[in-house]
Amino acid sequence: MIKQISLEANEKKIFELRELYDSYGYSHYKMSKFEEYGLYLKNKDFLVSEGVITFTDTNGKLMALKPDVTLSIVKNTLNSTNSIQKLYYNENVYRVSKSSHSFKEIMQVGLECIGSVDDYCICEVLKLALRSLDKISDKTVLDISNLDILVELQESIGVPESERPEILRLVSEKNIHELSKKFKELGIWEENTEIFKNLISISGSPEKVIPKLKSLLAGRVKAETVGNFCSIISFLADEKAVNIDFSLVDDINYYNGIVFKGFVDGIPSGVLSGGQYDKLMKNMKRSSKAIGFAVYLDMLEQLYTSTDEYDVDILLVYDSTVPPEKISRTADEMRSEGSVLAVDCVPEGIRCRKTVFLKAGGEVS
Amino acid sequence: MKTMLNVALPKGRLGEKVYAMFEKAGFPCPSIKENNRKLIFENEECGVRYFWVKPSDVAIYVERGAADIGVAGKDILLEYEPEVYELLDLNIGKCRMAVAAKQGFRDDTDKTLRVATKFSNIAGQYYLSRGRDIDIIHLNGSIEIAPILGLSDVIVDIVETGATLRENNLSVIETIVPISARFISNKASYKFKSEAIDKLVSELAKQVEG
Repeated sequence: MIKQISLEANEKKIFELRELYDSYGYSHYKMSKFEEYGLYLKNKDFLVSEGVITFTDTNGKLMALKPDVTLSIVKNTLNSTNSIQKLYYNENVYRVSKSSHSFKEIMQVGLECIGSVDDYCICEVLKLALRSLDKISDKTVLDISNLDILVELQESIGVPESERPEILRLVSEKNIHELSKKFKELGIWEENTEIFKNLISISGSPEKVIPKLKSLLAGRVKAETVGNFCSIISFLADEKAVNIDFSLVDDINYYNGIVFKGFVDGIPSGVLSGGQYDKLMKNMKRSSKAIGFAVYLDMLEQLYTSTDEYDVDILLVYDSTVPPEKISRTADEMRSEGSVLAVDCVPEGIRCRKTVFLKAGGEVS
Repeated sequence: MKTMLNVALPKGRLGEKVYAMFEKAGFPCPSIKENNRKLIFENEECGVRYFWVKPSDVAIYVERGAADIGVAGKDILLEYEPEVYELLDLNIGKCRMAVAAKQGFRDDTDKTLRVATKFSNIAGQYYLSRGRDIDIIHLNGSIEIAPILGLSDVIVDIVETGATLRENNLSVIETIVPISARFISNKASYKFKSEAIDKLVSELAKQVEG
């Protein structure tokens, strides 16, 4: 029998992910495809890609096809610090592809925790990110980093604020040679340069990383910041896919604290991305905290290569003199053997396991 | 089965130098030295597969995961800004990205500066950082003749020895950035093949320092 095609596999993943989030009590959040353009204008840098598809609604309002889901969810949730909303979504977003410079429809499944986000919530979201990756493949890695540590370390070693975005860019490239040059230009002590270099070279399981991190950052980053991070990652000590990697950075104007990215063997870029975004909440005049992630399902297609030998199991070619009822009945009977395509002439290039010719008098294989 | 490391090498003299370094680092593939038109070479025993690609395409192969690692010029990395790790400066293929103009050129800041280049992104960002209004003329080759024919005021291009510039009566007026060959890795590949990649990087680093 013909195997499922990639689209079906993606649909199956959506179903499995929804089932996973349902089992943790997250509520499904269904939203409209459109959003007022003004929302993106105010938070332009939060968007992954520049460019939004816009149109004027019948009432004259400038609307957009959603390039992002998080902003809409934040806009529509209660501004409460003593309650929490746990939501998940499954939506299409419209973004400009970096390679083709044209708009693409991207299928996204994700979740958001908004409100009184505590350490348990953060751990739960990280666990759900790990379980989401498990649903995709058995060979995965979840990189986890902490932006507060990177920001505080830059402050303590005296990196001027104007240079910090450039430093973070070099960190994200694991570009130690240029980082050393840059620090030299900025007149930063060699001892501090070494600490920074060691931090971005750290990579491994929580168990391996925690002792190194504590000794490396002692006296340079607030003990509370390091302690909080270590206690959260130690909760994930049994998770084999966890990899602490400080080269993972995100926009510090929106994100803070823990950020993470999920990788699957066989897919060339991250398939899951998330983090704490308290700063975005603040920018949107919210006093509550938030954490969430999204899974980019369009990338999963690369995992499913069709190995099917045939396009269809049975090709039923009928003669124009055969009555429609007979064609329908014959095709229905054959469906127990597999998929049946009924046509009056053989389509060009089709690959089928078996061809059956149906004539008015009977059938000939 | 041993994990294979897919390596994109830049075709040409630089690629040959890079292969020699990789060979010395413990990743040999003798078939690459055979004189033929093949583009892909494999040494299963060492777990390495090399392929020759156009130098400006190395970053694309690595970013899209067709190659796990590769060696690309810093000029290409600055121009296309691929989402990759830049793990080592190999200190070979050294040159610089520079602004050049006809001998005796004086920048008339009253006018928009016309800049001919293959590197529109690098030129654009450089002049943006200086707040200078420019008109970029994107060319694909023979950039040096643009100022001679009056197509542009200056050019932004790679300068190695400066001989081509001198022969065309041009000279460097500013250096934008030094360029050399960089070892790059696909971010996802690094997660799953870090052991082999780290080993290679540390062996190459010894040669660079050596």
